Amino acid sequence: MILINEDWCKGCQICITRCPVDALEESDKLNRRGVRPPKLKENNRCNFCRLCELLCPDLAITVIPDEETKEKPKKTLRPPIVSVRSIGRNIK
Amino acid sequence: MGEIKTAGELNKKYLREGMWPTIFCNGCGNGVVLEYTFWALEELGLDMDKVAFASGIGCSSRLPGYINADGLHTTHGRAIAFATGLKAANPDLTVIIFTGDGDCAGIGGNHFIHAARRNIDMTVIMINNFIYGMTGGQLAPTTPIGGIATTAPYGNIEHPFDLCVVAKALGASYVARWTVSHPYQPIKSIKEGIQKKGFSYIEFLAPCPTAYGRRNKLGDIQRLWEWYDKNTILIEDYERIMKYGDEKEKERAKKMIQIGVFQDVEKPEFFTEYQKLVERLQGNTITKTSSVKSKKMVVKK
Ligand SMILES: Cc1ncc(C[n+]2csc(CCOP(=O)(O)OP(=O)(O)O)c2C)c(N)n1
Ligand code: SF4
Ligand code: SF4
Ligand code: SF4
Ligand SMILES: [Mg+2]
Repeated sequence: MILINEDWCKGCQICITRCPVDALEESDKLNRRGVRPPKLKENNRCNFCRLCELLCPDLAITVIPDEETKEKPKKTLRPPIVSVRSIGRNIK
Repeated sequence: MGEIKTAGELNKKYLREGMWPTIFCNGCGNGVVLEYTFWALEELGLDMDKVAFASGIGCSSRLPGYINADGLHTTHGRAIAFATGLKAANPDLTVIIFTGDGDCAGIGGNHFIHAARRNIDMTVIMINNFIYGMTGGQLAPTTPIGGIATTAPYGNIEHPFDLCVVAKALGASYVARWTVSHPYQPIKSIKEGIQKKGFSYIEFLAPCPTAYGRRNKLGDIQRLWEWYDKNTILIEDYERIMKYGDEKEKERAKKMIQIGVFQDVEKPEFFTEYQKLVERLQGNTITKTSSVKSKKMVVKK
């Protein structure tokens, strides 16, 4: 379950674009500020990884894992910029 | 480790909810740093009556006002000086400072240098948005070369200040830099910084869409956040590329901003050494200094 404190949302959409499984979308409600807070899509693969909760600059999201979680959530760590194996590949 | 599992509960405990929502613009990184700090505090399970915050002036320096704990919102650039006073009066306090790049590297630069040099036990969380955000986007000592500011409309020609390098050179106990866009490594870093007995400096590269991103044509909020992912490199990767990479990879890596933990050492801390000095000079008999008194009071509780 994803709880949104709708009046806190400023509509940056960081949660929507950064969700690793694309589970969120704009809702059709307008909040007090005139922006559309996010909601879970009708069909979604949310695995309660909490990334949206952690990244929301306005602390508007709370993630509460469902009783039977579908998949094991994966921590989204900062990935290396170049894949380690490819380093120096071009040296003859 | 604390018992809190959801952000809702976390906010109830740490957020001064009456002050929320923030004054921050849409897409600003400051709020994210606040939430990471909350999780770090919760995971450490600290008694919030023994934690005090301090800040200077700026958007970033507003953060202590949103925290349900004691805080000093001081004058521009002086957060570290006030925090040193807090530590002198009560060395048992955990002192955390929120400051901006203008506040810390500009007007407060000398306070920063000497607190790091003396290795005073405090955690400085510096939010670097490359600009003076609150006052509308003047050039900061951290603005990258070529960056546009109201006071540099044709592009910045000054070499930017890298406070991680400065803190490291001064021998601060803990030095790290992160972006706001990946949560777990920075939360761990804040925890390590708070636990460290000595000067901890943790810098966050945080997007400021209003005063920096927009003026520098870095795109909408999403693109601006991506800029930080594309233009930073983990220090481990940087070192690996410098060792094994080809020329092209090296050139590319050199243009990026390094992130990660740069220094993590044990080193004598100023007020601990000061206390030893007092004890040595007064013998081990009953002492009268205020810091010793307050220490005893806390122990009795
Ligand atoms: C002594 C003094 N000089 C100048 C100012 C004006 N002033 C307020 S905030 C600020 C810059 C803040 O920049 P930074 O610390 O980077 O914080 P940000 O708003 O970017 O988070 C300045 C110059 C002031 N308040 N006091
Ligand atoms: S990240 Fe937070 S503020 Fe931004 S759109 Fe999502 S809920 Fe709203
Ligand atoms: S908890 Fe993770 S998977 Fe679920 S909506 Fe948030 S970011 Fe997406
Ligand atoms: S001016 Fe920049 S730093 Fe200040 S609140 Fe707005 S986005 Fe954040
Ligand atoms: Mg700034």
